[in-house]
Amino acid sequence: MDNDRIDQIIDKHQCEASSLIQVLLEMQRENHWLPKEALERVSEKLQVPLTRIRHIATFYKAFSLVPKGRHEIHICMGTACHVRGATRVLDTVQDLTGIKPGETDLESKFSLETVNCLGCCALGPVMEVDGKIHGHMAPSKTADVIKNYE
Amino acid sequence: MPRINSPEELEKVRQEIVSRRDPSKPCISICAGAGCMASGAGEVIAAFKAEIEKQGLQADVNTRETGCPGFCERGPVVVIYPEEICYLQVKSEDVPEIVSQTIKEKKVVDRLVYVDPTTGEKATRESDIPFYKNQKRNIIGSNIKIDPKSIEDYLAIGGYSALAKVLSRMSTEEVLEEVKKSNLRGRGGGGFPTGRKWEESRNAPGETKYVIVNADEGDPGAFMDRALLEGNPHSILEGLTIGAYAVGAHEGFIYVRQEYPIAVENVTIAIKQAEEYGFLGGNILGSGFDFTVKVHQGAGAFVCGESSALMTALEGRAGEPRPKYIHTAVKGIWDRPSVLNNVETWANVPLIIHKGADWFTQFGTEKSKGTKIFSLVGKINNTGLVEVPMGITLRDIIYKIGGGIPGGKRFRPILTVTSAEICGIDPNKVLPTACAVELIHSYSLVHDDLPSMDNDDYRRDKLTVHRKFNEGMAILTGDALLTKAFELIAENSKITGISEKKIVEVIKIVSNASGADGMVGGQVADTFLVSKTHTDKLVNYIHSHKTAALIKASVLAGAVLAGGSEKEINALKNYGEKIGFAFQIADDMFDVKKDRVNYSDIYGTKKSERDTNRLIDEAKKSLEVFGSKKEILSLLADYVVTRKN
Repeated sequence: MDNDRIDQIIDKHQCEASSLIQVLLEMQRENHWLPKEALERVSEKLQVPLTRIRHIATFYKAFSLVPKGRHEIHICMGTACHVRGATRVLDTVQDLTGIKPGETDLESKFSLETVNCLGCCALGPVMEVDGKIHGHMAPSKTADVIKNYE
Repeated sequence: MPRINSPEELEKVRQEIVSRRDPSKPCISICAGAGCMASGAGEVIAAFKAEIEKQGLQADVNTRETGCPGFCERGPVVVIYPEEICYLQVKSEDVPEIVSQTIKEKKVVDRLVYVDPTTGEKATRESDIPFYKNQKRNIIGSNIKIDPKSIEDYLAIGGYSALAKVLSRMSTEEVLEEVKKSNLRGRGGGGFPTGRKWEESRNAPGETKYVIVNADEGDPGAFMDRALLEGNPHSILEGLTIGAYAVGAHEGFIYVRQEYPIAVENVTIAIKQAEEYGFLGGNILGSGFDFTVKVHQGAGAFVCGESSALMTALEGRAGEPRPKYIHTAVKGIWDRPSVLNNVETWANVPLIIHKGADWFTQFGTEKSKGTKIFSLVGKINNTGLVEVPMGITLRDIIYKIGGGIPGGKRFRPILTVTSAEICGIDPNKVLPTACAVELIHSYSLVHDDLPSMDNDDYRRDKLTVHRKFNEGMAILTGDALLTKAFELIAENSKITGISEKKIVEVIKIVSNASGADGMVGGQVADTFLVSKTHTDKLVNYIHSHKTAALIKASVLAGAVLAGGSEKEINALKNYGEKIGFAFQIADDMFDVKKDRVNYSDIYGTKKSERDTNRLIDEAKKSLEVFGSKKEILSLLADYVVTRKN
């Protein structure tokens, strides 16, 4: 992530240290992960110690300090999805991609994460790929969805 | 749009908006909430736009993308005004028909309206659907009427009039008193009286104070706040501004999870619009009161829903909770007085001001007033959001609004347990027998799926036993379940009050219902005799044996073990027979198997529906002898036709 873009994002938030989380969120959204150099830039610009930035980047689940795959799969493990068979969906995705939650495959195609509720409980079990929500997932349907990503 | 500088100007603008709108002009409202979007509402919206253009109706009809009306189970939901025709589970293929039939010809497309699963009656209007009819939708009811991205829509339904009233005619004390009088309690779960929280902040030392919306709704299964923030963001802003006025705050925050992108988008747009119109910013409505609001997105930490953690996160730090020896209302963000209320709490505020505390207190219980939104999720038929008066029973929510519990898997043991209870003994005493009938039911499913029978690979989304293991294992599993069942019934004699004589009788009833004179007999007829001609007599035989026999036995077993009187046992025998038969007809209606006798194929859906309804009525009538105790069995009879699998 180049410094100009980082500066733009920081400027958008009026260079306020209290906007740190909002700045990191925007960087995460654009770049899909937070490289060390980028965090150093933020630290410099906002005058916030790097240790505090790393504290935040490791505390909140939305941030990643390692590169992510091209497609991010989120599987909802919230109660409503759980009782409707979310574990079976997770098992199927693990089998298909060969990765566990928190991991990225060697080709950087998929990253897999579990989340605790996406608020689409009526459609459970739910799987989100790159922000698109797929509802009523059954193992066979899961495979159909995953197949469509390159 | 120029700024609005006084309450009088606001009324003028409102009248102008309303007068520009022709109430008789058709308007198609499509839910664009997260639930419906995930069920394909995006495609439906695009299809409506394309079809209206294709038919050259752009000038004659409006479309509106609204927030969530709550009936997520049947999404995408489409409501057509002014007739308020409600179409459910609409697909893009249905759109051309809706436009040419309903918009042009004013005809209802029958297959898309709600059909009551019990009575078979159709409900065309939203307000006639039982799911909605039994609710009290003070807050969430507005969602389907407005496009959350349009401030004009909010103004057209009277939006910001509570704010105008507060700023022009009420002192800060009067606002506080009204909220205290309403007895509104925090909707986030703690139930702390909102007025008292406001007062604490108001009286706390310090010039700078804050008001905050807690939209970090992270509890799994809950999406009430999401629906409000997505569907009616201006109502939250209006409530927040009124709160700010009452406590003397000039800055506000909305803390919303980044997992709710539509909510973030809609509330950000709403803030911008409110600033343009002068409902936020400096000198609001010419009153001299200043107030600004910022959106802060949560970065995925469940704990940030807790007030002190949320405030720490707002300061730009890791959201870790801190001890609260002093309430955050006194020492919150940057140690300044901060009022944090849940989204739904804020949504109630404009209503209380607009309609008065006396209006608000007519709903709810003595200690908790108003309505509450709940999300119904998991194993329930009508998933979605419901708004009900405080104090409603769970039973009413689950059965009257939620449509009951799906599944049917444990239907038979529930019958045994309930009929024992209704005949006057502790239902726990018949649990072994209740389990036994379920084991017999399970064995019949395992054997039914075998290649020589129905040859099914999946049952309820899982591989069948012979597919997961092998055929031999499946046969043995069935045998083992069947024999274990009788062992369990025999074991039931060890429980006090259940004599061996009763056990012997139950073994006879259950074995008779399972064997050649019952279930097996029905299966033989169904599997091997149908390919020839089927007579009414044969159909009748199959339907009273294949599934019905064991259901009847499940009911009877409970009654016999409980030592029911002859009258009670006869009533339950009759009840069991009727619901058993109805169960089989209902099964046929949603599960069509090749080469099997299917009631609805032979006699048609109309007769099938009529017959099930008649049988259920008769079953319920035979329960009269039990008086008010009959309720659960009566609900179970309804469940036979309303269940989904």
